[in-house]
Amino acid sequence: MRPFAYERTNDLVQAAHAGFQTGAGQTDADTQFLAGGTTLIDLMKLDVLTPRRVVDLNPLTAQHSAIEVTASGLRLGAMARMSAVADTPDVARDYPVIAQSLDLAASAQIRNMASLGGNVLQRTRCPYYRDPSWTACNKRHPGSGCSALEGVNVNHAVLGTDKSCISQYPGDFAVALVALGAQVELLGPDGPRVIAFDTLHRGPEGKPHIETTLKPGELITAFQVPAGAWTRRSLYLKIRNRQSYEFAISSAAVALDLDGGVVRAARIGLGGMAYRPWRSKEAEAVLTGKPLTEANAEAAARAALAGAVTHGGNAYKPELARRTLVRALLQTAAMEA
Amino acid sequence: MGNYQPMTDQLALPGFSRRSVLGVSAGVAALPSWGGAQTRTPTPQPPPGHIEVVLTVNGQDNRLSLDPRTTLLDALREHLQLTGSKKGCDQGQCGACTVHVDGKRVASCLTLALAVDGRQVTTIEGLSRPGDPLHPMQQAFIDHDGFQCGYCTPGQIMSAVACVHEGHAKTDDEIREYMSGNLCRCGAYPHIVEAVRDAKAKMENG
Repeated sequence: MRPFAYERTNDLVQAAHAGFQTGAGQTDADTQFLAGGTTLIDLMKLDVLTPRRVVDLNPLTAQHSAIEVTASGLRLGAMARMSAVADTPDVARDYPVIAQSLDLAASAQIRNMASLGGNVLQRTRCPYYRDPSWTACNKRHPGSGCSALEGVNVNHAVLGTDKSCISQYPGDFAVALVALGAQVELLGPDGPRVIAFDTLHRGPEGKPHIETTLKPGELITAFQVPAGAWTRRSLYLKIRNRQSYEFAISSAAVALDLDGGVVRAARIGLGGMAYRPWRSKEAEAVLTGKPLTEANAEAAARAALAGAVTHGGNAYKPELARRTLVRALLQTAAMEA
Repeated sequence: MGNYQPMTDQLALPGFSRRSVLGVSAGVAALPSWGGAQTRTPTPQPPPGHIEVVLTVNGQDNRLSLDPRTTLLDALREHLQLTGSKKGCDQGQCGACTVHVDGKRVASCLTLALAVDGRQVTTIEGLSRPGDPLHPMQQAFIDHDGFQCGYCTPGQIMSAVACVHEGHAKTDDEIREYMSGNLCRCGAYPHIVEAVRDAKAKMENG
């Protein structure tokens, strides 16, 4: 790990100002913020991130960890730990897809450490990104190329990529958030703002080293998940290469509002499949107004994967994603909600 | 680390200085206020770039002067000679380094020592006092032969104690799921599950 200056604050405004030197949305900024540390310290040990200053936000934990379930929706403080949210009975009852996405991620130790804000900003697990001995990685070194295009790309994205980067967004919670149309509360040097969660993460757009739309110094302070008739009938289905403590090779976040067997509204997210947290409005549109039959679920899944682009090792993924989504839709429809 | 140079001066911002960084001391967790030159020089002066911290481990306060890069695991093993917590992968993937911070199990290899200033750390050495009976989880690992080489065992036991306290040890399947952050290369998993099941009953009745 490279030397860095360590600072600590219990003042959110000061923290935002401390980060004003960070590039907009840039992943390897000179100033990095520390919450759980499960991404940051890991990548600093690997020499992937080499900040000169680390600002520890942990004194802000008590102020920004509230978990509130109200009539208008769910509000989660950005410093809440994954395990605290997953173990909250109101969340598990009213937003099972949120609780499950957190509970099925990482290990118990990591879930006790990782904050929600840090969780959604976790970095890709692409082996070429995580190992600086590979010179070509546009995410680490803009313009250097992408080693994964012709390399080992068995768990790389098939949706939302371009030739500059085919890395996969590895998280689960963000897939549930994007499906449910969540919003993100931010605080930056210019003050607070609220943005749609699906605008937080950028596509590669030829500049994969810029991952988010956060402005310099902007910090996530909370997440808002709007209430909806579909949130109780929801689930997160995660397919992995081992049964536990593993990233998804395919996952689906599904929420349904049913009238009898007919879909009034559907919310669908895909994980383990895309460059960024992925919502499929195409699949939602196919299902809306139709009975939730296996045939209609398959039509929706085909629509969700219509734009998939594979690169050899990940050629299995579109079919796996289709099967994952069909199973998730049928399981969600069968829930007692 | 001998040629360590603090970097803050090159990144100086209004209100930030190297001295203000060094001013972070035990129990004081604040950046200087903006526009105000609020600096303190701790005595004695720690080595350049080091920061003083009080680590509360197994109920005992330890004042240390640490390079900011020091993980909690390295502070325990190299500075406090508490070598029960083990370094396996050093990447948060194996669980051998598991300790409790404020009663929650965490990976000490991914935790900066400075970030647990003022919090309660419990290690395997703190589960039972020398001369006292073993913690029921320690005894259960012996009774059920829950290890072979023993390297992962301190982490397994710390994780298992927390697993029971969390209420995540109700069934064998649940034990397997919520102990998945602790790997055992010897493959003692079936005996570990038996040990956790047995210790849970004793912890709840004792």
